[in-house]
Amino acid sequence: MTAPRIIVVGAGPAGIRAAQTLVEAGVRPVVIDEGEASGGQIYRRQPNGFKRDFRQLYGTEHRRARDLHETFDALREKMDYRPRTLAWNLSEGALHIVHNGISNAVPFDGMILATGATDRLLPVRGWTTPGVYSLGASQIALKAQACAIGRRVVFIGTGPLLYLVATQYLKAGAEVAAVLDTSAFGHRLAALPLLLARPDALAKGLALIAQLRLAGITMLTGIRPIAIEAGADRNVARVHVRDARGRDRNFMCDAVAMGYHLRPETQLADLARCDFSFDPATHLWSPMTDAMGRTSVRGIYVAGDGVKISGADAAEIAGRLAAHAAIADLHSAHPAGRGAEGSVKKLLTSHRRMDRFRRGLAKGFPWPAHLAEALPDDTILCRCESVTVGSLRMAATALGAPEVNRAKAFVRVGMGRCQGRFCGPASAEILAAVLGKSTDGVGRLRGQAPVKPLPIATVPEDAS
Amino acid sequence: MNRFVRLAEHDRAEIRFRIDGRGVTALEGDTLLTAMRLNGFILRWSEFSDGPRAGFCLMGACQDCWVTTAEGGRLRACSTLVANDLSILTTPEVE
Ligand SMILES: Cc1cc2nc3c(=O)[nH]c(=O)nc-3n(C[C@H](O)[C@H](O)[C@H](O)COP(=O)(O)OP(=O)(O)OC[C@H]3O[C@@H](n4cnc5c(N)ncnc54)[C@H](O)[C@@H]3O)c2cc1C
Repeated sequence: MTAPRIIVVGAGPAGIRAAQTLVEAGVRPVVIDEGEASGGQIYRRQPNGFKRDFRQLYGTEHRRARDLHETFDALREKMDYRPRTLAWNLSEGALHIVHNGISNAVPFDGMILATGATDRLLPVRGWTTPGVYSLGASQIALKAQACAIGRRVVFIGTGPLLYLVATQYLKAGAEVAAVLDTSAFGHRLAALPLLLARPDALAKGLALIAQLRLAGITMLTGIRPIAIEAGADRNVARVHVRDARGRDRNFMCDAVAMGYHLRPETQLADLARCDFSFDPATHLWSPMTDAMGRTSVRGIYVAGDGVKISGADAAEIAGRLAAHAAIADLHSAHPAGRGAEGSVKKLLTSHRRMDRFRRGLAKGFPWPAHLAEALPDDTILCRCESVTVGSLRMAATALGAPEVNRAKAFVRVGMGRCQGRFCGPASAEILAAVLGKSTDGVGRLRGQAPVKPLPIATVPEDAS
Repeated sequence: MNRFVRLAEHDRAEIRFRIDGRGVTALEGDTLLTAMRLNGFILRWSEFSDGPRAGFCLMGACQDCWVTTAEGGRLRACSTLVANDLSILTTPEVE
């Protein structure tokens, strides 16, 4: 039996472990990643010529980072790795990719989607002001460019990354003006029993908060963002919030990093027509899977933060599991396909523990749906096309849009080229509130090709 | 004025390029977005008349960092490395 053709999309922790597991089973996977180099978000590599060491770049995770980079580099000859290549569409049995402006289709028998996550965002008045960046962006500036997004940075939103990136800025020598969290201290207490599923990770998180406190950084919980205000030069000048006791607080700054935990990148799974389900605990839609990462579509597997936001260690496990599933389904003749039951069992056990922790994070740092519902009409909701919250409300009330895809057709919310990555989560809450429906009752924005904007001059391979 | 602040990795070759006709410097390995923000430039003006933009996601998904080259091409500043003799135009203000 010849080995099946298996594509892995994404070379982060999940994709790297999937590729490694496939190679061990005698498969030569095609690995597609749009990044310059492998590593994914957490283990993103710096450009050539940069000299910071693993410890400076990856902190407490430096050993894991090194191990993943070395593992992937050792696989180079045994796989068909395509960096700087975007997977942008799917048709029957073929993945469409673009590299250097040239597009072609790669046929496959199986595909593992390990596409990771992007920031989940809550719009606020003034969030298009120069100097405001997503939380992920603020970390990318530091990791990949050794730059801070400004001299004095406010971190606002919620989620573990808020504290992680603030600490990374502090250590790198930037000034942290404040860390402003919409979740309440009580949320975190309630989440403790779940978070104890991973005492090591919980301890790391508490250490971050302790470091910020020791440095005298203002940290508020239970805040409500009011506005990001520009100065006379039209750049960010301050952040206005209401604190847990209802008092107005202003923080002077020249940059803002904002993020509300993460959302999975699921567009390719959507194009593959996988069934999705809504998780009421996180208010996120994800492809439905079995414990191994099999979706409802034969031959399509998903792993890592591209399905559920469980973090890097869980992503490594999920990548391995998805590869084992693909081997069992498509390459069962191979000896590695049979001898794997023991290790799969162990992987499943630790993945369940990771999932408990994931639910803890969702509980401790909840998505503030109530704040999205309450956004003033004049707030820009869609950054791509500058559509306001008020226009979306009008789509529901005056135009009668019953769900998000119709609202998009009426007022172009989610129509922009970011495909609703940044406005989608808040749009769903706003629409649900206006229509008096539950969040899942207003549906899910459908993924469309191209999943990310293509270079203008893209041509098919046979035309070049 | 918001600018990026370089915290480390100062030891790289210098690159010279132009923004709106003005000569500016950066270091090899800087993205165009980094280089423009270090020099205090915004990246573009929103075509929907709601002001200047200076990038947002840094991972190729938002629309805030498109810039125009003097030759009329479009570049995504967050995922393009600076190069000598690049010449960039931030779009004229539309109000
Ligand atoms: C900006 C950012 C920073 C983060 N930093 C941390 C951190 O410091 N610590 C931490 O614990 N967690 C961090 N996270 C959370 C992170 O998602 C996980 O910890 C971990 O990286 C998940 O691994 P993964 O393999 O599932 O996905 P990722 O590591 O995100 O890898 C996904 C890969 O898929 C590629 N990809 C996606 N779509 C396509 C496509 N259509 N075509 C081609 N390639 C594609 C991406 O380029 C990426 O390399 C961060 C997340 C983000 C978004």
